Amino acid sequence: MSLAQWSNLFVYASMAMYALAFIAFAVSFAATRPSPDAAPVEGAVASEPAAVSAGAGATAGAVTTADAAARARAEARARSAQLEAEMAAEARRSRWGGGGAPGGSDEALAPGRRAANIGMSLTWLATGLLLAGLVARGLWSGRAPWGNMYEYSLASALAISGVFLAFSLRRDVRWLGLLVSAASLITLGIAVLLLYNDSPQLVPALHSYWLIIHVSAAIISGGAFTVGAAATVLYLIADRAERVPGARISRSIAARIPDATTLDTLAYRTNAFVFPLWTFAVIAGAIWAEDAWGRYWGWDPKETWAFITWLVYAGYLHARATAGWRGRKAAVIGLIGFASFLINYFGVNLFAGGLHSYAGL
Amino acid sequence: MTAGPLDRARGPLTDVPDDGSPIAPPPDSGLPEDAALGADWGSARRRRTTGMGPRLGPIGWLRWGWRQLTSMRTALALLFLLAVASIPGSVLPQRGTDPIAVVDWIDGRPELGATLDRLGFFDVFVAPWFSAIYLLLFISLIGCVLPRIAAHWRAMRQPTPPAPRRLDRLAGATTWHTDDAGVLEAASTVLRAQRWRVTPGRDGEGAVGSLAAEKGFARETGNLLFHIALVLILVGVGLGAVFGWKGTVIVREGNGFANTLTQYDSFSPGRLASTEALPPFAFTMTDFDATFEREGSQRGAPRSFSAQLAYTPEPGAPVQSRVVTVNEPLRLDGAKVFLVGHGYAPHLRLTDASGRVVFDDTVVFLPQDGTFTSTGVLKAPDASPQLGFTAILAPTAIIDELGPRSVFPAPDNPGLFVSAFTGDLGLDDGVPSNVFQLETEDLEQLGLEGLAPGQSWELPDGAGTLEFVALERWASFTIAHDPGKALALAGSIAAILGLMLSLFVKRRRIWVRVDAAPSTQVLPHGASAPVTTGEDPSDGSISAPATVYRVQVAGLSRTEAADVVGEVQQLVVRLGGPVKEASS
Ligand code: HEM
Repeated sequence: MSLAQWSNLFVYASMAMYALAFIAFAVSFAATRPSPDAAPVEGAVASEPAAVSAGAGATAGAVTTADAAARARAEARARSAQLEAEMAAEARRSRWGGGGAPGGSDEALAPGRRAANIGMSLTWLATGLLLAGLVARGLWSGRAPWGNMYEYSLASALAISGVFLAFSLRRDVRWLGLLVSAASLITLGIAVLLLYNDSPQLVPALHSYWLIIHVSAAIISGGAFTVGAAATVLYLIADRAERVPGARISRSIAARIPDATTLDTLAYRTNAFVFPLWTFAVIAGAIWAEDAWGRYWGWDPKETWAFITWLVYAGYLHARATAGWRGRKAAVIGLIGFASFLINYFGVNLFAGGLHSYAGL
Repeated sequence: MTAGPLDRARGPLTDVPDDGSPIAPPPDSGLPEDAALGADWGSARRRRTTGMGPRLGPIGWLRWGWRQLTSMRTALALLFLLAVASIPGSVLPQRGTDPIAVVDWIDGRPELGATLDRLGFFDVFVAPWFSAIYLLLFISLIGCVLPRIAAHWRAMRQPTPPAPRRLDRLAGATTWHTDDAGVLEAASTVLRAQRWRVTPGRDGEGAVGSLAAEKGFARETGNLLFHIALVLILVGVGLGAVFGWKGTVIVREGNGFANTLTQYDSFSPGRLASTEALPPFAFTMTDFDATFEREGSQRGAPRSFSAQLAYTPEPGAPVQSRVVTVNEPLRLDGAKVFLVGHGYAPHLRLTDASGRVVFDDTVVFLPQDGTFTSTGVLKAPDASPQLGFTAILAPTAIIDELGPRSVFPAPDNPGLFVSAFTGDLGLDDGVPSNVFQLETEDLEQLGLEGLAPGQSWELPDGAGTLEFVALERWASFTIAHDPGKALALAGSIAAILGLMLSLFVKRRRIWVRVDAAPSTQVLPHGASAPVTTGEDPSDGSISAPATVYRVQVAGLSRTEAADVVGEVQQLVVRLGGPVKEASS
């Protein structure tokens, strides 16, 4: 079997795993019964000076001299390192949505959680398989495996899941799994069904190391924009649930995801984090265009929509910086930005033609 | 900043008005710390001035207008307007990139086309309304950034404001008691070691007192750098447009090009470009090669183009040789030569009725589709009678119900399908005519023929002989000079650096206050340096009462999503204060 066939096999296997992950997340969603106290009590953990560690105090029982204070400080320094480690561990420890107990000995009991954990494992597996598929494709063609729309879409699905899994290492984002596995699956489906390309060769314009730099930056940005948009959509739902008492569907979804503020912050951080990368991708594209087409900016449809996407996300960041525009309005702008990104990704390749349309469609 | 009447409209939210960048909500305003955000870039202030219009004189109005233009809302509106205004440029064909498509589009819908044309929709990116939007945006940006630079300069020099009276509402507020007289000193040392800017408070002496620490000025520095960099990019683009030039030329295999105005097929100089002194290079294209995908779903897709050039950077210089490919332009002093296109140029030899060779050269044919079915014409006004030919060239020819066409872009089986005409070509009266078109209305058609390389066609009526000698190629080059490029690149790099600082650095403050606790204070069990006041229950002995200090530490994050709480807690722990349960 050739490497290209292995690659296809990995991609199919990965799609199957994403489908299973999606089902697992859906089951988890259905099975999670929102706890009655899920609401805003969260975070009301001891914040008064009463919560004092029992650590050093016990040993320092009767000492009152000044150098004892110095010793206590030295000890404190050691403790600070330990605290840092503990805080990091705490941050990593998973919490399910906004409610529920942190950590969790009862975790194994809740069917919703078990399904979500299975979903996470399947997502890891699917992403690993997809990575293997992409690597095989790269080995087969002897170049960066994103030289046409098919490969670009595979890599984008990998980026979406990759960003999500990277998040999951630092905080509990299992509630995003449903949307993320769906996004990856849809992207792969489009790639396999509509965009399949069986050539290892590139069109002349892509013979450049800028293919690696510019396109990978665009792909990673796309993955993060997608995760940011998913969080934004959930934010809008949670926000509606918090504002509109009668919104039953929103409320039932909101009971299974973090509160609006948390979602809003996550969406903002994601978008703000990738914005410089997207800027870089656009600029790298301009530098490349200068070598390939003799001008660094020519308002080719792809360039135009990259610019529009960039402007809208810049608007999003500005809107956030103005107090009156946070929350819902900013969220809508963020979604418009994501829509521009999608238009740039699919629409321009499919309908607009232009210099970028070489990518194998 | 001068305080005009409008400045009085500033709301009570802000506590350090004169640098336009309010520091913090007063601690007992009960506002969440992020409320400080809204005041960033003075947006809150500006917004509140808008209701003030009617009582202003002309200067007031000007100032009001300027405030409107430089307000964040206007900037936002212009930003989105620019995005929306760009859309037609991607939907409608544009003269700058595809003038032929524009003509076709307008021909298809004459009325709508003419209206849109008048409104500049086929030249969106140079249309007055488009320029107006981005120029206003940049004026707004400059008007926004200049005062900001001054304010930032001052803010970096100004001491951090002293600790608010009540620290307990700020982020991570922690209070504990200690007898450690060096705790304030220690706080200062720890913070300085972590590169905080520490301002000692003026309120106290000895062990008692306060300090204010601040970190993250690079955020604003980066933000300003970013916005200035945008201006640099715009200036770079503008310089290129005004002083640069760009031309395209088609060169056939074996032919040459010398860099003078007359040799270009099209040339577009910037308004102030000096076109008299073009760099005096010259080159000959000795060979051109193109390869195409032969198998699979991508059959026919181009795989490589390369043009072999022999060039001299200036007259008399030794000839150098270079392969120019799509991503590897030829860099010469003052210009770059880019390979942008290619096509076929059949070599034709025409002998007229009298047996004279009236034409013997390659003719540029223009590709019409991805398989390089190409069209071209040959005009022979010197032949007697005058002869004209229109032809279709198919590099891999077939003839089916669609007529002669190519099924593959490589010259596997070239076929030239020629129509011959005779009559007055209309070239003698000096009216310029398109070299790619033959007006056949007034001509008499002699006949049709298909030729392979090496074949000849005896024209009907003994009008002469046309020989398809061989199939050669041509390549088109863009030659460009852009003096603004370096500036635009520098601006781009600065923009990314500035953006990263501005988005990843967090601006935040920490205050520490130490005061004498009421003398009866008993340290809670577990504090780091417990003291006994009066009787100590553990050993029953009496020790001298020691001074007990109350230490308060709290932070304020000035930017969204900054986590100052963690830093406050670290500091507390380093100072021997209580460890809090890490919450959320
Ligand atoms: C070409 C037009 C502009 C573009 C593309 C642009 C882009 C950006 C971007 C991408 C940021 C993100 C950095 C951040 O959020 O910290 C930013 C920040 C900012 N921009 Fe602009 N900007 C433009 C014009 C303006 C104008 C006209 C103003 C003033 C009215 C302005 C005020 C600000 C402010 C206050 C921030 C900082 C936001 C914060 O503190 O987080 N910008 N700009």
